[in-house]
Amino acid sequence: MKVNGFKLYAFCYLIFLYAPIILLPMFAFNDATVIAFPLTGFSTRWFEEMATQPTLHLAVKNSLFIAVTSAVLSTILGIFAARASTRYRFPFKAGIMGLIMLPLVLPEIIVAVSLLVVLLGLGVPLSLMTVILGHVLICTPFTIAILSSAFQSLDQSLEEAAYDLGETPASTFRLIILPLVMPGIISSLLISFTISLDEFIIAFFLAGTQPTLPVYIFSQFRFPQAVPVIMALGTILVCLSIVLLSIAEYFRRRGIARSGGKDTGGFL
Amino acid sequence: MSEGSFWARIRRTEGGSGLLLVAPPGLYAILLLAAPLGTILLYSFLTDGYLEIIRDFTLMNYSEAWTNELYRSVMVRSLAVSMAVTAITVLLAFPIAYFVSFHVEPSKKSLWLFLITIPFWTSYLIRVFLWKVILGYNGVVNSGLLGIGIIDEPLTFILYNVNSVVITLAHAYAPFAILPIFVALEKIDRSLLEAGQDLGESRFMTFLRVTLPLAMPGVVASILIVFIPTIGDYVTPQLVGGPEGRMIANLIQLQYLRLDNYPMGSAIAVSGMMLVVLTIFFGWAQARLFGAAFRWFNGTMPWVAAVAMAFLSIAANFGGVLLIASLLPGAVAGVLLILSWHIALLVMLKRGGGMA
Repeated sequence: MKVNGFKLYAFCYLIFLYAPIILLPMFAFNDATVIAFPLTGFSTRWFEEMATQPTLHLAVKNSLFIAVTSAVLSTILGIFAARASTRYRFPFKAGIMGLIMLPLVLPEIIVAVSLLVVLLGLGVPLSLMTVILGHVLICTPFTIAILSSAFQSLDQSLEEAAYDLGETPASTFRLIILPLVMPGIISSLLISFTISLDEFIIAFFLAGTQPTLPVYIFSQFRFPQAVPVIMALGTILVCLSIVLLSIAEYFRRRGIARSGGKDTGGFL
Repeated sequence: MSEGSFWARIRRTEGGSGLLLVAPPGLYAILLLAAPLGTILLYSFLTDGYLEIIRDFTLMNYSEAWTNELYRSVMVRSLAVSMAVTAITVLLAFPIAYFVSFHVEPSKKSLWLFLITIPFWTSYLIRVFLWKVILGYNGVVNSGLLGIGIIDEPLTFILYNVNSVVITLAHAYAPFAILPIFVALEKIDRSLLEAGQDLGESRFMTFLRVTLPLAMPGVVASILIVFIPTIGDYVTPQLVGGPEGRMIANLIQLQYLRLDNYPMGSAIAVSGMMLVVLTIFFGWAQARLFGAAFRWFNGTMPWVAAVAMAFLSIAANFGGVLLIASLLPGAVAGVLLILSWHIALLVMLKRGGGMA
């Protein structure tokens, strides 16, 4: 009895969580300029219209560049931090790790304006590079969260065995540790790519005149006639991120299974 | 050679190796996070001239931010909205985390968590925009309710005001609230629950006296992880808030990008963060006092009274912080309210001798 009540609640909650995402394809394939019910008919013209918008293409290109670079850089930084925090005790550990993890809770607008002030003060022109600086900052805590669980479940005796057999710390890392945490690294790359691709505020403040995908989407919301195309674009983005996240989840689980840990579930 | 041995010496100690390893992300965070945060703190004390910042130390920005009726109302609203969002999100999230942790088969837990987190990762902007579609005048909710015949004309209080901001933010931060609670629940040793029931407690009392206290760290984490970012959310108030739903982030953006007044924008940003810190501090102090009181009452007090006390406590503190945010003369009343509640708790503890 009790379990059924919980289950009912859980399903209602999932409907609440998915409500906007279910609506998205409905409007993307709806043959009307107005985003409202009732739906008028099936059409793929909003998807076709995406091909005719050069700003959109530029925004996609910019966003992909930013997302790939940020994912790689933040995962590299994440490897350092996750390895240090799971393997070593060092002075000021809590303080340093706290500062690195701070963007996880700090409102993004604070990160954005503080970087803006410093960059303009130093005379650095705003560009895609400045967006990457900000995105690496906010992606790194997520990569650390994922990579820590990969490093944590690592058996330290494997490492010691490698030392005993004459490997250097660097070759041990490359030959023993890296292959074991590889699934975690792939998962972290995918997650930080997804975060960066979807990030709006920092790009809005730091991109200068360059459009990124979210900045473009935000600007289009002002024109009601442009919204159906955005719905079509959104449908593609949602499908893309579900695919990416599924792959990330697959690798995350495989990584934990490979190094013999217990799956606690979830990305955080 | 000497340098080589210097590095070698550092690498030999555990602390040294750890520091060397954490240096790249650590330096990155110091240069691009700590230093910029310090800079806005500095800017907030400077004066805005046209096209340049005048390097005069001043408190004018803060006095403007705290006395200007518009700024004040926006700050109080932001605080109230994020408190409401935090309360709603965490209360709705707890049963879900509990369900997944206690009632779902272990092999299916990951799937459930994955289902819960997916909406969180998909285009935030578009999700917020779709809430506008759901809540709008001709929106899904209104046409649905009109269709069934529950209402005669569209509801207007659910879009372009504080309500729509709260609903949308509660949706956006749901997974953030569920995950920490779930992790805390997963750590609970199930034999403790059996022990509780073997010793004659009902299932509900076992939940109240064993599960809930052990889940508290997760609840606290989820409160923080929802409360702090929501107060600075820009997109939701901008898209669904309308003029009466604007929050701090919109004000900061206005100062920085439209009015080009960096010192004022910085002062507002710093004030917003101070409000957050203040709220968390009061919450923390209260939780410690209340925890002590709760442990004392645990044996002798009916649970209804304990829950009522918890609600009173939350109301006194959050109400107090809201009053402080509204500044004089409300601030005095706010401080008095919080202090008197703390003193009342202390007196109760003293009389019960539970402070030992």
